[in-house]
Amino acid sequence: MTTVFGVPVAALAAQLLLGLVNGSFYALLSLGLAVIFGLLNIINFSHGALYMMGAMLAWIGSEYFGLGYWPMLILAPLLVGIFGILFERLLLRHLYGLDHLYGLLLTFGATLLIEGTFRSFYGVSGQPYPVPELLRGSADLGFMVLPIYRAWVVAVSLGVCLATWFVIERTSLGARLRAGTENAPLTKAFGINVPRMITLTYGFGVALAALAGVLAAPVLQVQPLMGSNLIIVVFAVVVIGGMGSIAGSIATGLLLGVVEGLTRVFYPQASSTVVFVVMAIVLLVRPAGLFGREQ
Amino acid sequence: MNARHIGFGVLVLLAIALPFFGAYPVFVMQVLCFALFASAFNLLLGFAGLLSFGHAAFLGSAAYCTGYALRELGWPTEAGLLLGVVAAGALGFVIGSLAIRRSGIYFAMITLALAQMLYFIFLQAPFTHGEDGLQGIPRGHLLGVISLENDLALYYLVLAIFVGAYLLIERIVHSPFGQLLLAVRDNEARAVSLGYAADRIKLLAFVLSAALAGLAGALKALVLGFASLTDAHWSTSGLVILMVLVGGVGSLLGPLVGALIIVGLENKIGDIGAALAEMTGISWFSGLGEAVTIVTGLIFVVCVMAFRRGVIGEWTAWLQRRRGGLPS
Repeated sequence: MTTVFGVPVAALAAQLLLGLVNGSFYALLSLGLAVIFGLLNIINFSHGALYMMGAMLAWIGSEYFGLGYWPMLILAPLLVGIFGILFERLLLRHLYGLDHLYGLLLTFGATLLIEGTFRSFYGVSGQPYPVPELLRGSADLGFMVLPIYRAWVVAVSLGVCLATWFVIERTSLGARLRAGTENAPLTKAFGINVPRMITLTYGFGVALAALAGVLAAPVLQVQPLMGSNLIIVVFAVVVIGGMGSIAGSIATGLLLGVVEGLTRVFYPQASSTVVFVVMAIVLLVRPAGLFGREQ
Repeated sequence: MNARHIGFGVLVLLAIALPFFGAYPVFVMQVLCFALFASAFNLLLGFAGLLSFGHAAFLGSAAYCTGYALRELGWPTEAGLLLGVVAAGALGFVIGSLAIRRSGIYFAMITLALAQMLYFIFLQAPFTHGEDGLQGIPRGHLLGVISLENDLALYYLVLAIFVGAYLLIERIVHSPFGQLLLAVRDNEARAVSLGYAADRIKLLAFVLSAALAGLAGALKALVLGFASLTDAHWSTSGLVILMVLVGGVGSLLGPLVGALIIVGLENKIGDIGAALAEMTGISWFSGLGEAVTIVTGLIFVVCVMAFRRGVIGEWTAWLQRRRGGLPS
């Protein structure tokens, strides 16, 4: 068997793939956080809870309504997006004039509310969610066995991330969005409906989180607390990447997933802390983050 | 100014008398520990304007250090408490040095992430006993003479330490250093232009706050006899934010009131739920005891939306309105 640094290539490749899968979740979540932060200047703590909501909705859909993976892949992000829009309209909107930390605190409270509600209905035990028929099985690539579903997760996440990047950086809609990020009052003066744009952006950002949740449902255990540890890792990813650039947050997410996967091979004890260690190093060397700008 | 001194004096007298009116000493001690924890947090948020989302790290590590020193090393109680405070202060220096490199929302995220890292370390390290926690921490003797296994003896010790720490915080806030904190909070660029090293001031405030939070954790381990992962979990960091928010950010008495309300609520929520169920006939309320997270989240949302000044803040504003002055 071929080995690299005493580790079989197949095992290394498998962990790398798993790292990429986690990395695509980080990328989707940090992308949503970055888009929301750009326009609202608020860090959405409930992102993890909404990711969980996406996964739970997928499970609820198949358990109670007979809706399989494919309809829920569209439906769950849509529902969570609508939930986000309502949340923004009813609550978040009233905090824009205040210190931005209040937005963090409100979304933290919302996280507790959402998680607590799901926990009181479904408990904390994990629910299994089957891989859809079409994506079962694996392909033998010679040097490793590739589970098709994992490849699918990476491909979809990358596709969605790239599409988002394209819309924001290369279309006129994106130009308006970037204008709003740069200078909201001036953009408003040009006749662009910034408040509506903010609402829709928030809805889109949390829909991305829900999409990540549905994608995660067959790989991870679906349970009400699945988002809370993840969101803290994603915060570290965001600090490492800096929220200034869309492409930057996608790249950082994937990169850290891979770093985590490699750590799991060579020093498994540190796999849950390695992202935080990287964050500390980046703060020492380049406080603004890899892709960030000093304010 | 004067009213606050009188208010605090009355509170202390009340606390001294409480055990004789049937209050359960351990419950009051628990409130005192969290009041100290919240006061330490408020020193940072209210007076330095820094929102730390990782203060549970200091509470938890001090609880573990004190517990380890008393239980495994057999240290005297005083030395165990001191070790907890020093450990939390040192940790505060490390986390603070990293976190003050960014400000605002990033500061909150960095403290949260570093605290989570520590949580994972505690989860894996052998000396914390993982999910079981460090149990059966002996209380020992005060100065080698007075047995602290007696709840009442421990109660007065905890009360004395709490009063000392509270007065220390008050002294810090009203010292020239406290004025500098306010200056950096309100306009950092201006403070820097006047020749003050804003970063050093912020770091010192962070270390002081961490050490005091550590004192709260060390006392908590002593009072309850165990140190667990919950002490270091992010939900505890959230809880202390809530206490300060409910009581009133930036007021010295606020954290005390907030801690009393939140700890009381957590302890009594089952009873409250049962009473509500009986009153309204809605059986869902009887399950309220299991739904602490929902209630906490709800209070959070309500406070942020409509009650940002907190109990003490609203009260001061009301007093000012009555006197016909302008609310600040």
